[in-house]
Amino acid sequence: MDSDLALQLIIQGILLGGIYGLIALGLSLIFGVMGVINFAHGQMMVMAMYVSYWIFVLLGLDPYLSLVIVAAVIFVLGYLIQATVVNRILDYPEAMQVLPLVSMGLILENFALLLWGPDYRSPQTALGLETLWVGPVMIDVSRLIAFVLAILITVFIFIFLKKSNIGKCIRAASDNRTGAILVGINVNRIYNTSFALGAATTAAAGVLLLPLMPLSPHLGHDFTLTAFIVVILGGMGNLLGALVGGLILGVAESVSTLFLPATLKHAVSFSILIIIMLFRPQGLLGGKK
Amino acid sequence: MAVGDLSFELGNGEVLALIGPNGAGKTTVFNCLSGFLPPDEGEIYLEDRQLGGLQPFQICQRGMARTFQIVKPFLTISVLDNVMVGALSREKSTVTARTKSLEIIDFAGLSAWTYKEAQGLPLPLRKRLELARALATRPKVLLLDEVMAGLNPTEVDELIVLLKEVNRQGVSIFLIEHVMRGVMALSKRVIVINYGVKIAEGSPEEVVKDKQVIEAYLGKEFLSAQG
Amino acid sequence: MKRLYLLLAAVFVILILLPLFLDNYALGIFVMIFFWAYVGQSWNVLTGYTGHISLGHALYIGIGAYATTFLAQTFGLTPWVGMFLGGVIAVAIALFLGFLGFRFGLRGVYFVIMTIAFAELTRLAVSHIEALGSFTGIFLDFNPSFYNFQFRGNIPYYYIALGYVVASLIAVRVLEVSKVGRFIVAIREDEEAAQALGVNTFKYNMIAIAISAFMTSLAGAFYANYIFYLHPNSLFGMSMSIELILRPIVGGLGTLFGPIIGSIILTPLSEISRAYFAKGGLEGLHLILYGVVAILVVLFMPKGIIVYVKRALNPIIKFSKET
Repeated sequence: MDSDLALQLIIQGILLGGIYGLIALGLSLIFGVMGVINFAHGQMMVMAMYVSYWIFVLLGLDPYLSLVIVAAVIFVLGYLIQATVVNRILDYPEAMQVLPLVSMGLILENFALLLWGPDYRSPQTALGLETLWVGPVMIDVSRLIAFVLAILITVFIFIFLKKSNIGKCIRAASDNRTGAILVGINVNRIYNTSFALGAATTAAAGVLLLPLMPLSPHLGHDFTLTAFIVVILGGMGNLLGALVGGLILGVAESVSTLFLPATLKHAVSFSILIIIMLFRPQGLLGGKK
Repeated sequence: MAVGDLSFELGNGEVLALIGPNGAGKTTVFNCLSGFLPPDEGEIYLEDRQLGGLQPFQICQRGMARTFQIVKPFLTISVLDNVMVGALSREKSTVTARTKSLEIIDFAGLSAWTYKEAQGLPLPLRKRLELARALATRPKVLLLDEVMAGLNPTEVDELIVLLKEVNRQGVSIFLIEHVMRGVMALSKRVIVINYGVKIAEGSPEEVVKDKQVIEAYLGKEFLSAQG
Repeated sequence: MKRLYLLLAAVFVILILLPLFLDNYALGIFVMIFFWAYVGQSWNVLTGYTGHISLGHALYIGIGAYATTFLAQTFGLTPWVGMFLGGVIAVAIALFLGFLGFRFGLRGVYFVIMTIAFAELTRLAVSHIEALGSFTGIFLDFNPSFYNFQFRGNIPYYYIALGYVVASLIAVRVLEVSKVGRFIVAIREDEEAAQALGVNTFKYNMIAIAISAFMTSLAGAFYANYIFYLHPNSLFGMSMSIELILRPIVGGLGTLFGPIIGSIILTPLSEISRAYFAKGGLEGLHLILYGVVAILVVLFMPKGIIVYVKRALNPIIKFSKET
């Protein structure tokens, strides 16, 4: 086995894993606060990617520069989805929660299909094809930037949740809904904000991914599943776990290409998922509930 | 440790009460007996057969049934369908299970609600349903977890009459209770635990006078039950 | 109760005679109504009656379709027999899934994701197996004959699909009133309480998933010999899993007629809007419509449309509470 190749794959895996972690962070936040499994997560990310794509094509603004705008747009989208649909189903039994969110994903995906067609699109961004060498390892510049930004955003979210007023309200509402209401927190607004924040986080991840892969309306579902796997791996509702899980999954998928065809990458992820669910369902960083 | 070093016996046809302050470990005892919580140490016997390590459904099949402190009715199905689930653990056919269930529903005074959905029942009736379901499994031993909680005095008296009849028909009863009226009226013996340890055992009259017990909590409750 | 049976009998007679009056296209819509009603009913056994949510039920349709096709193409085995062999395979895999899920106490979301994982893994596996068509899929030859389960025109498919639905109605009804059916509903309502009443919940969970998987896989045989093209993405993919749960949920989860009512309402909507919008180049609009309808129903009619149907029919048929 070529150790250089292995190192290369590990590094590529880590870089991608950082982005996975960011996607999962959004999902974990939504689940941690409201106990809702956002089955439309990947599709919201794909929406973000399209918005970013069109900003790039029509306005010439590089995705990394339009990131904040795109995140804001998807924030609004998430807020609306929560306020109109998700808020009403919070107390429903799980089976009935699944369908509206899955349907929402269906709507978003086909909205994209309707407007922009099924063809793959690859924006030719400035740094898209650049690579650099660190010793024997070749790194895609866009992957490296994506990783760095992903980590920065993740840290930002952590700090935001810990220090800011809204962040404290969010944590209060997720810990104890009744208590939060009693203390005067507008729980509905907090829920809306949390969902929106989760959506925006995922949107950011999508923007970072845009230079790395061809875009099509049907990507969403795969990423929703990847986000699930990362969240379960790291621990539901555990934000640090999302990052750790993302990194592990990224590396696992990448290294697996040494032994398996690339098209079977997801088989590795799903196998990891099943093993974790059976033997450590609370996740690597999850405490015993 | 919720319960430590507790030993006792329930005689055939006896009614034994387990009392103690909140958090004393009473429900933990029930959970161990009924298989929901495997004990770390110790043994459980039902008529010379070991029950330790068995799953709850097996323990029920061996003849020990339980009710829950917070009642767990099958909400969206009828009272009859609820009781039939218990009956089907014993009866071979749905037809005989149905007949038996109707008998038990009648016995428990629930006839008027036979075909109504369980979620439409008020709490006192839900408690009766819980009891009826457990009785449908034809238990030798019945574990009742605070079956009188939340009932007014009339309802408590009605339940006492019912339980006396159940016991008269040969079912041994082990009950956790806070409602002293029920404990005094039904039990032949009482065990008192506090912080997971037995602090007294004897007839209701003896236990009520026990200094340690009174200290633990009995005083106020006893007085209000008397008056 | 008698009135309900009379009504059903009347409907049945009408359905038997319908092909005399409808053209092939309309019959095709009915075929799909029956197909999805049957599949929804099969899924309903696990999720509606037992309460374990499966978002990976496409797995069993895929197994049924691929097994019957493989056996037919390799050994010339008639799908009428092949479908039961496919059923056996489906049951085996379902029991494996069930064992992992129920033994390890996976509930709620974890169970859902387990079902998705199994379907996805199978999709990936089949995509890499040459003998099963790999990424290209399998095209079935059209050799119409009863033995081959293939027919010209929609009329035979119509009656077979109707047969599937009627059989499933009878099977689920028998289940509902049997000991097995009562135990699995008890598990759905409160698994702990069921345990305390002597129900071996692990055993009955396994029975439920096995029945559901078996029934679902039989539909795969129909699918293969009606659509004539198998592809892992369409047969094992999430879109199939999502499609098949829409109708039972909209119609009424855990009820006998829910999946059928749901199919009667959603299938024509889907088929007609798909054809209509595709003509105008508006691909995907019918799925958006689907999604909107599903959300609206869940938000405003959470028990399903069947509640309103029962209310509407109540003057004519007194729905007694007796089982």
